[in-house]
Amino acid sequence: MSQLTNIWGELRRGSNTITLFVVVLFLATLLASLSNLLLPESSALHVSTYTITLLGKYLCYAMLALAVDVIWGYCGILSLGHGAFFALGGYAMGMYLMRQIGDRGVYGNPDLPDFMVFLNWDSLPWYWYGMDQFWFAMVMVALVPGLLALVFGWLAFRSRVTGVYLSIITQALTYALMLAFFRNEMGFGGNNGLTDFKEIAGFDLSADNTRVGLFVITAILLGVVFVCSQLIMRSRLGRVLVSIRDSEARARFLGYRTDHFKVWLFVYSALIAALAGALYVPQVGIINPGEFSPINSIEIVVWVAVGGRGTLYGAVGGAILVSYAKTRFTSLVPESWIFMLGALFVFVTIFLPKGLAGLLKQRLQRDNNGDSNGHPTKLTGEAKA
Amino acid sequence: MRLNKLAAPDVSHKVILYIEALSVSFDGFKALNNLSLYINDGELRCLIGANGAGKTTLMDVITGKTRCDSGQVYFGQTVDLLKHDEAAIARLGIGRKFQKPTVFEALSVAENLELSLKTDKGVWFTLMARLDSEQRDRIDAVLETIGLSALRGRPAGVLSHGQKQWLEIGMLLVSDPRLMLIDEPVAGMTAQETEKTAELLTSLAGERTVVVVEHDMEFVRSIARTVTVLHQGSVLAEGTMDQVQSNPAVVEVYLGEEP
Repeated sequence: MSQLTNIWGELRRGSNTITLFVVVLFLATLLASLSNLLLPESSALHVSTYTITLLGKYLCYAMLALAVDVIWGYCGILSLGHGAFFALGGYAMGMYLMRQIGDRGVYGNPDLPDFMVFLNWDSLPWYWYGMDQFWFAMVMVALVPGLLALVFGWLAFRSRVTGVYLSIITQALTYALMLAFFRNEMGFGGNNGLTDFKEIAGFDLSADNTRVGLFVITAILLGVVFVCSQLIMRSRLGRVLVSIRDSEARARFLGYRTDHFKVWLFVYSALIAALAGALYVPQVGIINPGEFSPINSIEIVVWVAVGGRGTLYGAVGGAILVSYAKTRFTSLVPESWIFMLGALFVFVTIFLPKGLAGLLKQRLQRDNNGDSNGHPTKLTGEAKA
Repeated sequence: MRLNKLAAPDVSHKVILYIEALSVSFDGFKALNNLSLYINDGELRCLIGANGAGKTTLMDVITGKTRCDSGQVYFGQTVDLLKHDEAAIARLGIGRKFQKPTVFEALSVAENLELSLKTDKGVWFTLMARLDSEQRDRIDAVLETIGLSALRGRPAGVLSHGQKQWLEIGMLLVSDPRLMLIDEPVAGMTAQETEKTAELLTSLAGERTVVVVEHDMEFVRSIARTVTVLHQGSVLAEGTMDQVQSNPAVVEVYLGEEP
């Protein structure tokens, strides 16, 4: 019980969000992993490998939500195309996994992936070169989405495109990429995408150990990204970003090149999204152009809005909760999910503008006021989106 | 982007701001019409004029927000302000206070001042930046001057209108500008606050150059040595308050409405 009140106290202090987040994430990951690996399947506490993979997928979504929260919650850049960076990161990983199949494909061709054999291609396109090397593929995971974000951000923010116009062109970006990746001629597997993966860095992808390993790595990287992002938002840079969000013109008159800050942040955010995509693909076993679809990007925004933007833990929580709800409801009533998602967004926008994190904070503050040894509320740039 | 190494303006001819034959039009409406104006180094100048006379547009052009159609704006002898953007002009040491107080409401009072400090404004620098003791002292001193020491940790959004005005003046002060452009500093202030503001602005002139746009005639009279009257985008008259007030043209277009 005292443990519980301790955690409650930590949460109240707010300044220790980082520690609390990392501890919770670490414990949950450890528990889930151990009960999968050590407990017999007959045990009531056994966590199935299916669940482990599902959790890993949620954590990837959480990381993606964090990427959107960083730009939207802290800097007011509403990207409706972040799924594009996620998918590009995913495709880079998918290409690597594809090359690991070797001659174990349906056609048994040691040099070409199945879909190329099917298309009667006789050699590997140049952009597939090197993708059989893990390190090279990982460089591409960061480089391709990073460069796209840099060029796109540079063009958009230099021309001072903001608000709804920016949202629309990000949406157009992901839509255009989706159409491109649907084409067989692009050499990324067309509408089937890349799938049938066998192993990653020599580990069998269907093995429980690999699954748990991927889940743990995802959790660790989510923790790292969370801590980095928190530190950035608590630095002076974070305060400049908030000032750009609240009054960009004013920030310029203080001498800040706001476009540089926005491009920098946009690239940082795209890299997080790409990392999430690269972790996602080996766990779900497929990447296809559907990941580029605009609705996916909008869904990310809903996660962040539900969780509460401008609070990184809120975005993470929102992503996990909404994804869990999606898993549940799509198995019960598949057609209605899209309507529920829409209703949820409307509800949150009207009744919970600060999301669940805002609700939580309100509760805590109310408790704090009646608290004689109450710690002074620390007001930083976060959470006042 | 090291620390601002931009040279101080060359004021060897005693003039810090040259505005020559400046014209700006919006959809055919001439907001500024062949306007010429010279501000001396260290002076406190008041700009007055009816709404639409071009006061705010003039500030927008000087600070790089609005592009002009023709004309020249020089900071000292050598710096062509029309070639710089807002951020560069701010780094040159030209600070601005807006008509409507614009402070960063989500940030605390002290953080507002921190962001305004005269220091490197690049991305990497701000990521690593920590306040040194000198900067801390500077922030403390400005908080003292603007009377917001007790509220330093509060979000700027909870301040009253007058306090926001003061905070914005504080943001100007802490940035240690060479030239301060101040748009309606006493709007919404109590008589006492107005008096304090007048005192502050008068004390600043000398080492800094201060240009104030104001509607409150009593306030202008209390601070100004030289007054420039703008009308329909041009300079109508210039001189001491008494000279300006007795100028027939001014009486007709501006003061004439008042008994």
